[in-house]
Amino acid sequence: MIEVRNLVKHFGGVRAVDGLDFKIKQGEVFGLIGPNGSGKSTTVNLICGVFPTTDGEILLDGIDLCAIAPHNRVDAGVARTFQNIRLFGELTVWQNLWVAWRDQPGQEQSWISNWFRRSPTRRQEIQKLLEFSGLGDKANHLASNLAFGEQRCLELARAMASKPKLILLDEPAAGMNSAEIKDLCKRVLTMKEMGMTVLLVEHVMELVMNVTDRIIVLNFGKPIAEGTPVEIQNNEAVKSAYFGSSENTEGGAS
Amino acid sequence: MTYFLGILQTIGVHTLLGLSAYLLLLTGQLSLAQAGFFAIGAYVSGILTVIFGLHIFPALAIGAFIAGFFAFLVGFPALRVKGLMLVVATIAFSEIVRLFFFNLSWRVIINGIEVGPDSTQGFREIRYFAANGWEQIDIVGLIWFLVIAVMLVLWWLDQVRAGAVLRAVGADELAAQSSGINLTRVKIAAMTGGGVIAGIGGGLFAHSTTYIDHHTFVILLATFAVSYPILGGLRSVVGTLVAVIFIQGFIIEGLRFIGDYRYLIFGLLIVLVMNLRPQGMIDGHFLADIKKLLGRKTMRGKVDD
Repeated sequence: MIEVRNLVKHFGGVRAVDGLDFKIKQGEVFGLIGPNGSGKSTTVNLICGVFPTTDGEILLDGIDLCAIAPHNRVDAGVARTFQNIRLFGELTVWQNLWVAWRDQPGQEQSWISNWFRRSPTRRQEIQKLLEFSGLGDKANHLASNLAFGEQRCLELARAMASKPKLILLDEPAAGMNSAEIKDLCKRVLTMKEMGMTVLLVEHVMELVMNVTDRIIVLNFGKPIAEGTPVEIQNNEAVKSAYFGSSENTEGGAS
Repeated sequence: MTYFLGILQTIGVHTLLGLSAYLLLLTGQLSLAQAGFFAIGAYVSGILTVIFGLHIFPALAIGAFIAGFFAFLVGFPALRVKGLMLVVATIAFSEIVRLFFFNLSWRVIINGIEVGPDSTQGFREIRYFAANGWEQIDIVGLIWFLVIAVMLVLWWLDQVRAGAVLRAVGADELAAQSSGINLTRVKIAAMTGGGVIAGIGGGLFAHSTTYIDHHTFVILLATFAVSYPILGGLRSVVGTLVAVIFIQGFIIEGLRFIGDYRYLIFGLLIVLVMNLRPQGMIDGHFLADIKKLLGRKTMRGKVDD
């Protein structure tokens, strides 16, 4: 599905991502975790093309994403959400999805109709997606007037509106309460059932440990561990990256 | 009467100018090139009716097309930069256009009279309307027909996906790009559309005043162009119209007795609106209030029935 080979990104002297390799299989929920500043969001931004890579390859079904302009990566099948919510606040909820909308492959509307017609069937499909996202009754609200949790849901729905093969979730649970996190868990698992591949960047372990199939742990831009949630939970290198190693704590105390 | 028709002409032409900036502002781009596009529309359509003897309609259309074409060309380099740098780049464009026409001398003898742009002396003989028996009321009618047509097109644009995409780019470029929107293409389309609208306005301006020279197309004109949609707000095309009526009708015409001090009031007003109502005079809440008001009326009507 997606294969990242020796991904490198330097910002001046800062090595945000420093030789990252991973593969995500079709239909997998893949977790990308690590302490703050370990290069998780940078990895997402590199896959989306927010900035160019310093080195390395990102292959989606064998196609090199780095050679594709950022906006065309959506047509290649990559969609994302943002760590700090970025909705089109002055547009209504359903218009937010309308902007990002892509028709099912094989049922694309003509160019004119895509840009200059208000298709009722498309409107119905958008409504369906809104209902899936729990926003069915908010279609005509302005996005900026939604509650925080609803805005997160809308952003996820907008990413799904482009019918992606791979969806990148950049800390989707940030700021959510535990009920909302449970909802999000269900929704991510439903997305998996629908056949979407998910790359999940997250700090909230409740979400990561419940939905992911495999996890890779980053520290200082380098992978330090990879495995199933259970394996990662018991991994010493991960524990020391997050909490500091026991020797260090003792050394600091003395 | 002539006086009021004259004001209506000015308001109509300036509304087109404001709408051309409005279209580009929807994508979040502040451009001062509108004065340049306006000048291109004015000179090209003027030259076409005066020197080539064209009918007013094809002359306006060609003027608008050429203004749009230049907007398209300018869009590529200009829209690579953002914010303040875009303002500087577009000012430069407007000045280049103005200085080109400042130096343009193309004198031709038609029916024994020498006509055409005469560099520093301006372009004096754009008398298509007078020569073809148009009354002032007809001219005002033509201007407002086109103003309403452009407003309807822009209103319609907001009903289809293209309008939502324009606003999405204006709201958040990164999110729009991540939703698969080609930012460059959308911005250049808006720039081109704005160029066409400004070109129509310029053509109408040249023919309704019969005399143009480079002084008209200074940066002040571009400042007016962007101030209308900023004052009126970007929620609706009507906002721009209201702002033009307010500025041209009230401040510039109504306060004529205080002389050039009224331009100070114009500046003060922009500063005040920027601080008190950065979303413009007519915003979403204002529109919602109007809708509520209308909604209540219809509800009462039902109760009465």
